[in-house]
Amino acid sequence: MKRATASASLSVSFTVGLYGIAFGAAGIAAGFSLLQTCLLSLLTFSGASQFAVVGVMGAGGSAISAISTASLLGVRNSLYGLRLAPLLKLKGLKRVVGAQITIDESTGVALGQSDLGEDAMRQGFWLTGIGVYIFWNFFTVVGALGAQAMGDPAAWGLDAAVPAAFLGLVWPRLTNKLERTLALSAMLLALVMTPFVAAGVPIISTALLAVAFGWKARR
Amino acid sequence: MSEIWIAVIGASAIAFALKYFGHSVPEKYLNNPRALRINTLIPIALLSALVAVQSFSEKTTLVIDHRITGMAVALIALILKAPFPVVVLGSAAASALTFRIMN
Repeated sequence: MKRATASASLSVSFTVGLYGIAFGAAGIAAGFSLLQTCLLSLLTFSGASQFAVVGVMGAGGSAISAISTASLLGVRNSLYGLRLAPLLKLKGLKRVVGAQITIDESTGVALGQSDLGEDAMRQGFWLTGIGVYIFWNFFTVVGALGAQAMGDPAAWGLDAAVPAAFLGLVWPRLTNKLERTLALSAMLLALVMTPFVAAGVPIISTALLAVAFGWKARR
Repeated sequence: MSEIWIAVIGASAIAFALKYFGHSVPEKYLNNPRALRINTLIPIALLSALVAVQSFSEKTTLVIDHRITGMAVALIALILKAPFPVVVLGSAAASALTFRIMN
């Protein structure tokens, strides 16, 4: 076992896992039960998709718009699997487990170990994936129980902490002018649509903006 | 079954299917550059829209309330390259303070 890989995996797992507190609290603030909040972390296990489910439902959206928004956010995990498949070559039950922990962080750490060889990459994938799974689920429970104890979400700023967490998720992705323009356009479009269509629809509609921006754009 | 349960189970089933799919298809089917580019832009659009809607709406009404100070603090914290917990906690503190002053 490579020490550098193990330490990268552990620090990523713990740091990312801590965000689970924000998710657990967001679930309760959006009206999900403790069980429903924890099941999202155990089963959906993809941060942005989970936040989208509680965000859309919390804003009064339908299950369909919550599922569609979360699923669009989950498409990138397919691409990660595609990238990792030739490296991991998983079969049977191992493929099921490996697929479930194919997320931003496990992929990131695995690809980050390429200088250390394929064994280190595989190690990075499993250690980070399992590590994030454990910490993320543990801290989801902590956040959810904490939020339940607090009562009114607004009195504790939870209703602002949730969009702040989204902003924190999207911020590092805004690396060029096209991406920043897209982010601002999506915000405006969603707000302009809000009074006129069912809750949840304004959010999923902005996926069309992403298609329009990505269709012709050259970075 | 309640809407929330449908959302939890539906989102989880599709999330897993998407992950499993990636490990199971030949690479050549999905490396179209346009599709890859759109795929990196979709999270930006959806997450930005969520930020806006959760900050400035109540169901289907646009509102400006205590949350705006929380969002201002989050934005400043991000511009100053603060770590994620500082962004979230700072935003919560500012919003909670404003809420308590206003109510």
